[in-house]
Amino acid sequence: MSDIPFPGAGEALPLTGPQEKSAGLLGWVSSVDHKKIGIMYLMAGLVFFGVGGIEALLMRIQLAVPMNSFLSPQTFDQIFTMHGTTMIFLVAMPVLTGLANYLVPLMIGASDVAFPRLNALGLWLLISGGLLLYFSFVAGGAPAAGWFNYAPLSEKAYSTTNGVDYYSLGLLITGIGSVTAGINLIVTIIKYRAPGLSIRRLPLFIWMVLITQFLIILALPALNASLVMLLIDRRLNAHFFEAVSGGSALLWQHYFWAFGHPEVYIVILPAFGIISEVIPVFSRKPIYGYEYVAGSTVAIGVLSFLVWAHHMFAVGLGHSIDSMFAISSLLIAVPTGVKIFNWIATMWNGSIRFKTPMLFATAFLVVFTIGGLSGVSLAIFPIDWQVTDTYYLVAHLHYVLFGGTIFGVFAGLYYWFPKMSGRMLSERLGKWHFWTTLIGFNMTFFVMHFLGLMGMPRRVYTYPNLPGWGAMNMISTIGAVIMGLSSLIFIWNVVVSNHSGELAGDNPWEAWSLEWATTSPPPEHNFDRIPPIRSRRPLWDLAHPENPDWKNGR
Amino acid sequence: MDAEAQTRFESWDNNKLAMTLFLLSEGTFFVFLIIAYVYYHSLSNTGVEAAKVLDPLKTGIYTIFLLSSSFTVWQSEKSLRRGKQRAFQTWLLVTIVLGAIFLFGQGSEYLHLYGENVTISRNIFGTSFFTLTGFHGLHVLLGLISLAVIFVLALTGEFAEKHSSAVEAIALYWHFVDWVWVVIFSVIYLWTLF
Repeated sequence: MSDIPFPGAGEALPLTGPQEKSAGLLGWVSSVDHKKIGIMYLMAGLVFFGVGGIEALLMRIQLAVPMNSFLSPQTFDQIFTMHGTTMIFLVAMPVLTGLANYLVPLMIGASDVAFPRLNALGLWLLISGGLLLYFSFVAGGAPAAGWFNYAPLSEKAYSTTNGVDYYSLGLLITGIGSVTAGINLIVTIIKYRAPGLSIRRLPLFIWMVLITQFLIILALPALNASLVMLLIDRRLNAHFFEAVSGGSALLWQHYFWAFGHPEVYIVILPAFGIISEVIPVFSRKPIYGYEYVAGSTVAIGVLSFLVWAHHMFAVGLGHSIDSMFAISSLLIAVPTGVKIFNWIATMWNGSIRFKTPMLFATAFLVVFTIGGLSGVSLAIFPIDWQVTDTYYLVAHLHYVLFGGTIFGVFAGLYYWFPKMSGRMLSERLGKWHFWTTLIGFNMTFFVMHFLGLMGMPRRVYTYPNLPGWGAMNMISTIGAVIMGLSSLIFIWNVVVSNHSGELAGDNPWEAWSLEWATTSPPPEHNFDRIPPIRSRRPLWDLAHPENPDWKNGR
Repeated sequence: MDAEAQTRFESWDNNKLAMTLFLLSEGTFFVFLIIAYVYYHSLSNTGVEAAKVLDPLKTGIYTIFLLSSSFTVWQSEKSLRRGKQRAFQTWLLVTIVLGAIFLFGQGSEYLHLYGENVTISRNIFGTSFFTLTGFHGLHVLLGLISLAVIFVLALTGEFAEKHSSAVEAIALYWHFVDWVWVVIFSVIYLWTLF
């Protein structure tokens, strides 16, 4: 080891941001430190997760029994719209951006992101946009046209309250924030990697974050354009999406999904990245087929722009267009399948340690695959016609977004919480959290496959007492309550462990990427020194000088 | 190993790289507005009204002012690199004036159309026309503000060094605004001639 030069303290680490002194609340709110900003993103996401979760529970209470009158139809419409919008824009995106914010500089050996002040702007735009969206509740009523807000329902003639305006403005603001964060992270990853960390040695989480940020800066403009067009329609009496005056409601659908489908990958790819970090560490093996995991992400990124109309099979675009989009959608299953097999191959013959992060990662493989398979079935458009706008779709999207994104995020939070706080999350509470989540999740959503196939439509506030419907909906509601309780266990775990959890030390999981080379929590400038990077697993090389990766051609 | 592995982008300056990514994003935004204009052109035959109310010649003249400002901002950058502070400031000022003339042209066109009762709410032509050209005009205005900031800083001697990534990034933005207009001018105005 002696022949490898260590950079001295602070060397090769350009300090990008102004250094901060203030502590307390002001220190947090005025911070431009990527770690504090990352944690604030996570906390904002967690708060909105609570709000969106309560909305989900309200819906499940209403649907627990047939012909229920707990919520009025109008309220139900507002609640499901806000639930979807919240979970996508104010939970999935901020939580993933928060993890990326916290981890990207640490994992590439940098002291901060490229533009720390822009970074803070992105966070506060997100929070402002979220608050503006929720302000609609006290300003005449929340938006009620669904999270994808189809025209002409979202036009002035049919959505008479200001809810849709708050939806548009709120999402514009969070969208601008996402683009600034995207630009910032791309520049950081391209320009601030530590010496030796070439693009082929980049941790896979960073690979996935990088691809995701490109999707963000290219897909969010489609949403922003649609939102300004809708706002111009609503506020300036224009005609973009009004078919009566020469506009086209169909264009909204095309534009929304031109954003909406890449968005699906914006919220799943970073979760893939988390899984690609967690599975090797807890299987004690390097990732199987690094190049294929990274390369298949690029393939997914490109394909994600070519499949939008599979959300529109029921519109009647014609047989040839439907077939084209069915084929491109089925194609996406290939790179996704490549990843699943790589993860399984990484676990194969590994000495697997089933700590909480690994439990979530393993469950991810199963539930995400179920969601992927129902997705493949929906890509076949005759099947889509049969089950369109039924609970089959609700089941599918929750298996990929909850079973995929949220399970991935929980794996990541249990994995990196020790780095962020310096303390371990309780394994005992973690296992309770895991099993209640897994059981509650499957109870809630698995039965929805059957309800959908039996024809129960989504987004309808109640249903008649058809054979089996009441029982299955009751199972679903009980599952949702269990999930609600499991979230409380998680919050309890975070609060208790942050205060008096077991001390973590620098590298509690014996992991191999750079974030574990510094203290937990890291100092403001992140690293005093960076270990030499001569392979994909610099900390493995450091711990095993007799058998380093770079001698074995990895 | 990494010096060799450096790609072209890694040698870029942060500001220029960030601006390029931003323009990629902005370009996508304009693509959607342009597609909307083209879509309504065929769906609702908005070309008829475009041919009736628009004046391609007059707007074409203002277009020349905007396009030549791409040349002048490039000259300005070149002068800075050669250390000619005076020429740098002068070309910058010329760029601002040319951009302002274009914006004035757009303003007078809007006023004229308003007088003819062509508005954003009257029909789908007005809707798609004012949205597309309006967003472009907004970008020109933001570019002018940025150039003005650069100009004032230049007067105070902020750019004494021969290289400024801020100037280069703003110049990049200004070229973008100009070339987006080439597409918009072709799609809206030149199309009326066929």
